Amino acid sequence: MADTIILKVYRGDAEGGELHTYEVPKSPHMVVLDAIHHIQRNQEPSLACRWNCKAAKCGSCSAEINGMPRLMCKAQVDDYAGGEIIVTPMHTFPIIKDLVTDVSWNYRVSSKIPPLVPKPEYADKPFNLQQIDVDRVQEFRKCIECFLCQDVCHVLREHQRTDGFFGPRQMVKIASLEMHPMDNLNRREQLKNEGGVGFCNITKCCTEVCPEHIHITDNAIIPLKERVADDYFDPVQGLLRKIGIIKRERKQPLDSVPNEQTKIHRPV
Amino acid sequence: MAIQAQKTTPDKPQPQRATRKDNWWLSPLVFALVFGFFAVWATFRAFQNNYYEVGNYLSPFYAPTIQLSWKIMGFNISPALLILPFPLSFRMTCYYYRKALYRSFAADPVACAVKEPEPLYKLRWKKYTGERVFPFVAMNFHRYAFYAAALFMIMLWIDAIKAFFFEGRLGMGIGSLIFLVNVLLLTLYTFSCHSWRHLIGGGQDCYSCSAMNKTRYGLWAKVSFLNERHGNWAMASLISVLVTDIYVYLLATKVITDIRFF
Ligand code: SF4
Ligand code: SF4
Ligand code: FES
Ligand code: FES
Repeated sequence: MADTIILKVYRGDAEGGELHTYEVPKSPHMVVLDAIHHIQRNQEPSLACRWNCKAAKCGSCSAEINGMPRLMCKAQVDDYAGGEIIVTPMHTFPIIKDLVTDVSWNYRVSSKIPPLVPKPEYADKPFNLQQIDVDRVQEFRKCIECFLCQDVCHVLREHQRTDGFFGPRQMVKIASLEMHPMDNLNRREQLKNEGGVGFCNITKCCTEVCPEHIHITDNAIIPLKERVADDYFDPVQGLLRKIGIIKRERKQPLDSVPNEQTKIHRPV
Repeated sequence: MAIQAQKTTPDKPQPQRATRKDNWWLSPLVFALVFGFFAVWATFRAFQNNYYEVGNYLSPFYAPTIQLSWKIMGFNISPALLILPFPLSFRMTCYYYRKALYRSFAADPVACAVKEPEPLYKLRWKKYTGERVFPFVAMNFHRYAFYAAALFMIMLWIDAIKAFFFEGRLGMGIGSLIFLVNVLLLTLYTFSCHSWRHLIGGGQDCYSCSAMNKTRYGLWAKVSFLNERHGNWAMASLISVLVTDIYVYLLATKVITDIRFF
């Protein structure tokens, strides 16, 4: 008899639901998404799941496997040898049906981050960038917007502070602009206030789950915290700037860009 | 203009979630035990005010040497009480220790995707403020603790060099080697600090814009290399400080004697 695996998959919607058990034949190099597809094809056509590439590059198939946020197409069934595999939807976002959640909050937040505002001297000219200037930023461009980091972040997941914190994915996005040599916008104001970088207590779960292995905490959030500290928590540096010993280029303020959604308010 | 989606963010937490089946509790537990032991031992030694110096070996808890003759209610004030706040504040505000302490001692979160412990869950839901308000907002001043720690490194190197001079003559004992390893680990820990990484070059946006910034890029890249293992240096140096102090304590209480190579 062929090898089989036992899957427990969450079935339900906003009203509630429960885990259903399925037995699926195992094939070589099978991933959890294959097993879900097998259930859809052969046992339960109404099982809802989101997917697209099956190559860990589109960021659609995010779910939680045995309680850990993962891409279903990247989770090898062999990693869970011997035990049953529990598949549940992402916990932080509202459920639509079965494994599909509504992640639109992330896009709404993302739209609050103004795009690159080129320095006046570079406007309408081609950007000639040196590799050393884009080394850091390239890492952040790997993001596939799977929102696993947003799902696992305890600020959003356990404390529901979606009112105050943009979440790790958006910190990565802001970092890619804040560190960009051509960007002319002061993003620290948004980071400190509306973006809520101070909500992050650098416990690194976002980094642990990122399928693109972006060092979210070490390379994006901590450097951003240090930049915010430069402006808001370093009286000595502030003084040295005032008397002209430290020179820093002035960027244009956040409210100089016409972006209706970029409003500054101060959550506690 | 971005397309606005309807607001569907839930007001209450969702019911369904599976429990992690792996040993997620192991690393917060190990950290709590190691750090807890260190805290108890350091407190005991700081108040003991004795057995911290044997010949050329000076315990890192009591470095640099401070002559104190203060008394409060008949008790001598230990110089360690003046020294320890500096390394302590460096470690307590360190980005690595913050992660480990929040996980092990505040269960915030105890491990990734693990549900908050029940009483805390109700207490903290929607009330969490992270490092935005007192007391944790103080973490933002980590760079100042780094400046102090960098000064301390000079004094610790002097003590480590002294550990190779016995009554004015070059020598080497087991203790000398312990002091050397300790100061090396402390140096790696201190100069892999995130604040230092920011200061040396991380705060710059354009590295190719000036010769100075090109140099800073090179330095930043080197610090980044060390910084990748910052957590390892943090734990290794914590243990090496502990071992160094215990070694001096055992020598001073004559439980063991130092083995001299020459
Ligand atoms: S490190 Fe910060 S952003 Fe990342 S999961 Fe933890 S609290 Fe959230
Ligand atoms: S940063 Fe990583 S985990 Fe977060 S959305 Fe991007 S790819 Fe996913
Ligand atoms: S299906 Fe595209 S990331 Fe999994
Ligand atoms: S970040 Fe750990 S010492 Fe600065």
